[in-house]
Amino acid sequence: MYSIDHKDLGTPAPASTGSVTLDIDGSTVTVPAGTSVMRAVALAGGHIPKLCATDTLKAFGSCRLCLVEIEGRKGFPASCTTEVAAGMKVRTQSPRIQKLRRGVVELYVSDHPLDCAECPANGHCELQDAAAELGVEGSRYANGGATQRGVKQDASNPYFVFNPDLCIVCSRCVRACDEVQGTLALTIEGRGFGSRVSASQHQPFLESECVSCGACVEACPTAALTEKLPLALGAPSEAVSTTCGYCGVGCSLKAEVKDKTVVRMVPNRAGTANKGHACVKGRFAFGYATHADRVRRPMIRKRITDPWREVSWEEAINYTAAEFKRIQQKYGPNSVGGITSSRCTNEETFLVQKLVRAALGTNNVDTCARVCHSATGYGLKHTLGESAGTQAFTSVTKADVVMLIGANPTDGHPVFASQLKRRLRQGAKLIVLDPRVIDLVRTPHIEAAAHLQLRPGTNVAVINALAHVVVTEGLANDAYAEERCEVDTYRKWKAFVSEARNSPEATEAISGVPAALVRKAARIYAAGPNSAIYYGLGVTEHSQGTTMVMGIANIAMATGMLGREGVGVSPLRGQNNVQGACDMGSFPHEFSGYRHVSDAATRSLFEGAWNAKLASEPGLRIPNMFEAALDGSFRALYIQGEDFVQSDPNTNHVVAALSAMECVVVQDLFLIETARYAHVFLPGSTFLEKDGTFTNAERRISRVRKVMEPLAGLADWEVTMQLAQALGYEMHYSHPSEIMDEIARLTPTFHGVTYEKLERLGSIQWPCNDAAPDGTPTMHVGTFVRGKGKFYLTEYIATSERSTSRYPLLLTTGRVLYQYNVGTQTRRTSNLAWQSEDRLDIHPDDAEDRGITDGDWVGVTSRTGDMVMRAVVSRRMTPGVVYTTFHFPESGVNLVTTENSDWATNCPEYKVTAVEVVRVGQPEAWQARIRAERSAQRSPALPSA
Amino acid sequence: MNVERLVAMVNDIAAFFASEPDPDAAAEQVAYHLRKFWEPRMRIEIQRCLERGGVGLSPLARRGVERL
Repeated sequence: MYSIDHKDLGTPAPASTGSVTLDIDGSTVTVPAGTSVMRAVALAGGHIPKLCATDTLKAFGSCRLCLVEIEGRKGFPASCTTEVAAGMKVRTQSPRIQKLRRGVVELYVSDHPLDCAECPANGHCELQDAAAELGVEGSRYANGGATQRGVKQDASNPYFVFNPDLCIVCSRCVRACDEVQGTLALTIEGRGFGSRVSASQHQPFLESECVSCGACVEACPTAALTEKLPLALGAPSEAVSTTCGYCGVGCSLKAEVKDKTVVRMVPNRAGTANKGHACVKGRFAFGYATHADRVRRPMIRKRITDPWREVSWEEAINYTAAEFKRIQQKYGPNSVGGITSSRCTNEETFLVQKLVRAALGTNNVDTCARVCHSATGYGLKHTLGESAGTQAFTSVTKADVVMLIGANPTDGHPVFASQLKRRLRQGAKLIVLDPRVIDLVRTPHIEAAAHLQLRPGTNVAVINALAHVVVTEGLANDAYAEERCEVDTYRKWKAFVSEARNSPEATEAISGVPAALVRKAARIYAAGPNSAIYYGLGVTEHSQGTTMVMGIANIAMATGMLGREGVGVSPLRGQNNVQGACDMGSFPHEFSGYRHVSDAATRSLFEGAWNAKLASEPGLRIPNMFEAALDGSFRALYIQGEDFVQSDPNTNHVVAALSAMECVVVQDLFLIETARYAHVFLPGSTFLEKDGTFTNAERRISRVRKVMEPLAGLADWEVTMQLAQALGYEMHYSHPSEIMDEIARLTPTFHGVTYEKLERLGSIQWPCNDAAPDGTPTMHVGTFVRGKGKFYLTEYIATSERSTSRYPLLLTTGRVLYQYNVGTQTRRTSNLAWQSEDRLDIHPDDAEDRGITDGDWVGVTSRTGDMVMRAVVSRRMTPGVVYTTFHFPESGVNLVTTENSDWATNCPEYKVTAVEVVRVGQPEAWQARIRAERSAQRSPALPSA
Repeated sequence: MNVERLVAMVNDIAAFFASEPDPDAAAEQVAYHLRKFWEPRMRIEIQRCLERGGVGLSPLARRGVERL
């Protein structure tokens, strides 16, 4: 079932630009060339009954219900598969047409139950609508659905149910899985009355290849595929457009509500980032918002060993302010700080950094982007001039070559992955740089032209080798690079990468990637003609993360692959508002719009607007805060929406630092791991409980709209505002739109952004200013933001984290489709049905050497700590490399990761940890305790959510 | 602040800028990075480390810290 406020036009809009005029039932109608007759009728305000057609899918022409008469043509063409033509005369209604349509519906009804009143789709079933429209109340051919009775229902998926007896075999679900999602998990098996929708090899949905994106459920015209939650809660009555709170794709969604309760989440067709698609998390996993674990009252305690005491908001805020004042008075103004969250809105992150800089008078503010994409900000700013990706997601539809580096979109950014897969199936070539065999290396109708399965930690050696081939084989675009970039840095870089030590033959020993494969990949990338690079945390979370980002920018500039659609350098951001949190001045050295705090003119601008004296020195980064806490000079921290203890490396070090502080304030939805070390807990609000904006990985600013009241009474921005006031700093806003107005006044790249414009345009990609009033989909067109692009020399420097005889394996970490980040949200949804624990992937050779079999408990030890989890023996891995995720606190994955970090930004080196793995009998005692605690909490507030 | 950690960090910074053929320019780039991205107490601590002999600092890291 589609969104309750959606009008289905029957077939997709054509890509053409011309127009065609025709006659429909005596009226003159003009529509874009290539439009189907069915869509033309709908655009003209008419209606043709249909079953297999829908405007998200290509016309199929199977149901034969949409027949029309066209003057001069034989028979009764299907209006969905017939394109309009100039002068065409169409009749949509006639006695003969009605007779034929009635006959078609009778045939469908003959194989379909007639107890509509008891059907979950009653009132929004397209077969029911067609039958009513045509006056069909029964069938002359058979007794409604007798042949389908007794076919077993499949309720294995936690979010939807499949009722084969209600299926009309229109293939819309099969086509949605193919055309929208690109997984090809569904098919029609059997013939005639025996035709059935089948997931994979006739498996239950949960066990099949289905990724539960829900596109099939949305496309189903009957109740054959039905969501469970609306069945339990009733039909929604209102739809509110908002933006997904999960990954950096930033899908536009419609929250469908009944009595202020979200019943369904449906992707917004008008959403420019997602174009009407969503993934299992965005569409279904919103139940955490009303989970029983939500903390609804503020709490305080004097010592972290004391029990929590519930207090009023007023007491919690005043206590926090008093503690911060006391600590600053005793230890100095720079003894405190704050953390903004990539899960919160732009307006909220802006307020937190404003509170820290203006109310507390220090630049000790940082954000969780520190541990993911801080290297992107530094690398792209220095080379191209702006700390952001260069493209819109739709750019991939014009790419001829896609180089995917350290990213796994089918798990991390699934809706973008669907767009990417469509392009690859159209013939674009794929190059993958990844130590693991990710899904896209080989999936139905997709096979990477080159998979460079490099050793963890050797990215820079490989990018230099690729550049070596580009330069030494004469594949560089000298004219572009010399016109658009600093010529001296370009020539120095060419000389550098041309050195023999950077050749693929020389780097093969370092990276393990055969030289011939590197040469092949470089030639494919340079040949384009449109080559695009997409990358993830496999680039940034290294000791040379920034160097690698610069290496990527270098090769893109050298080949002229920037400044137009189809090319570019695009970081795939992990969380929903990583880009926004960075844009809003969350880093300790810069104000919003990436302007350094030492710049007197910028500082003066903010001082005037904020009526406060601002510090000119950079503040502490997150890992620096921990060090300062351990030496006693950093004593209080206000943390909005981040779980350090689970997400940051070397957990023991983090815990020691937090334990050394006198006032740790956690503002979050749940009692997260970090809250164990907090003195104040301020209940947070979900994205459903507030207004604001998120900025996705393509710089797209989209509205977040309040759907329900904050469970604890205050939205996060209101809490920050009250805290500022309690600290004695005047901060007053009546709505987040006023905060955005302030952001726009103070930030050149946001200068033209207003809520009114967001309402009008739907979303805006920054920069949005006088030069680009509607935003900027593609950056660096004609010239780079910094003027001339700058090449940096990217010497490969091996990480100090190396495999040894004691720790012979390299551990790398990542994520899975069904869980998100530290799992705070998704662990409190039915996504646990797919993954309920972190596991260690290990190559069969390494497993055999250690006597490990699939499912065994294994101990993983590094120089910083150890953990126990179950093993998965997998050929996705290369020998010598093991892999795990970090979604579950009981895994303690970050007990083993180290404090190694990127040289420029201190982004942790999560992707390389030397470890040993041994078979053990059971988890550690503390792991078993946390696992038991978590199991006790598994009580979703809403059925199936 | 943990001096050993700061020494490791500044050495990493210096290792990146070591590609710069002009040694003075390389040292200045190290110093510039420290001024732009290191909080004052970190800079003070690394300067104290240098005053104590700068044990563990690479030659370029040392020259960079000298310019602070």
